[in-house]
Amino acid sequence: MRKTVLTLLAALLSAAAFADEQPIDLKKAPGLDLVEGNCAACHSLDYVQMNSPFLNAAGWDAEVSKMIKLFGAPISDEDAKKIADYLKVNYGVN
Amino acid sequence: MISRRNLLETAGATMALAGGHAVFPGLLAAEPAVPNLPAALPQGTRNEVVLDALPGKKPLIKLTYRPPNFETPLEYFRTPLTPNEAFFVRYHLADIPEVDAAKWKLAVGGEGANGEATFTLDDLKKMPSAEVAAVNMCSGNRRGLFEPHVPGVEWGYGAMGCARWRGARLKDILDKVGIKKNAIEIVLDGADGPVFDKTPKFVKSIPIAKAMEENALVAYEMNGQPLPHFNGFPARVIIPGWAGVYWMKHIVSLRAVTQPFDGYWMKSAYRIPIGKFPIVARFVSQETEVNTPITELVPNSLITSHADGAKVKAGRVTVGGIAWDGGYGIRTVEVSRDSGNTWTSAKLGEDLGRFAFRPWSYDLVAKPGKNTVMARTANVIGQTQVASLILNPAGYHNNVMQTLTLNAA
Repeated sequence: MRKTVLTLLAALLSAAAFADEQPIDLKKAPGLDLVEGNCAACHSLDYVQMNSPFLNAAGWDAEVSKMIKLFGAPISDEDAKKIADYLKVNYGVN
Repeated sequence: MISRRNLLETAGATMALAGGHAVFPGLLAAEPAVPNLPAALPQGTRNEVVLDALPGKKPLIKLTYRPPNFETPLEYFRTPLTPNEAFFVRYHLADIPEVDAAKWKLAVGGEGANGEATFTLDDLKKMPSAEVAAVNMCSGNRRGLFEPHVPGVEWGYGAMGCARWRGARLKDILDKVGIKKNAIEIVLDGADGPVFDKTPKFVKSIPIAKAMEENALVAYEMNGQPLPHFNGFPARVIIPGWAGVYWMKHIVSLRAVTQPFDGYWMKSAYRIPIGKFPIVARFVSQETEVNTPITELVPNSLITSHADGAKVKAGRVTVGGIAWDGGYGIRTVEVSRDSGNTWTSAKLGEDLGRFAFRPWSYDLVAKPGKNTVMARTANVIGQTQVASLILNPAGYHNNVMQTLTLNAA
């Protein structure tokens, strides 16, 4: 019985490691929940880290706008502003 | 008994990926550092990249997990052919199905064709085959080295590879249905797609004349093997000399059209400003007054024998690398030891054809301390690498001459 449980556990762990992309931990700050809840539906969040820190406020606004207007991300204006603010504060430049 | 498939499906559902087509990186534990990352990459890129292996692949430089964008480390460019398992991976959108070769079909038709037909993989393999060694390179290779930085996938040097591609000629496939005289483009579509249906599917077109060239293929073999899943299994389009964006992976549809294809990925993406680059190959039906689709690769070279800052013994050192262009053929590779004031010819190596990486080597005597080495190539029609970056909004065609430092002791 114990062996069965261990085998099952091992199978679960290996399958999880196989199926999951490595977790991406963005900076903990207001708006992160919206970034994780919206942006991560279509792409991993390493896209944010990769494109930093060189976009200014207008640059991040343009990226968020592109995702909504050109790529069809269903994000409200209110949430889009909070997401853009999070990106500017944590992954942007002045 | 919980099967692996069930577990994967459960995990996929938890990840809430549309269609259940999860991507499965993380097979090997990610390692913390990547050797020899160019210092010019954005700091955020330098911090986040890891070496990680997709299923069926060696550890490559992971830029993003989903969609997967993985570049090839420098050491795999020391041969003119790049191993399949080390070949770079580039996707725009994250719904990437595992294609069953037995069920796969290629649909050919469109309003610019006289008829329509579907081809199985066996059908393609029964047709006369052709093979070409050709460089497959992402338009944005070296985007990460742009100064100022531009947004996108921040590639270093490795969003490229060269392989022997074997398949049926695109022309032969199109001839089976017959193409109307007024057809102007062939629209290329693959099996992969977006997560949300409102995201424009990655669909491209090519000029009809390009599709009819003898080297344009639907390839089902790469270096003598089936294509890896992440390089377009079971078949992809090969357009030698042109940027990888036209080499549609997991190809499922070829459609002849009599009007310019106006999908997002043609009219709004992969465009370069008119007049900035000395490009010969045009894509006239897609040009506007201000910009034009990217077409042929520009001449470029890479020093592969050493990484920047490498330690060497003082004395004779052989520096080597590869050069390539848009398929006109490499004429010279030259090396400078004095920051570009004087140049000396390098020795060209094995010629696998005008679309392939051309190896080169150069013997120099390294003095104790810092030695700089620059390399540049020119092709047979006189196109060259540039001394300073030609800025463009999307970060394409970076063929600035490389300067490498060797530290000799």
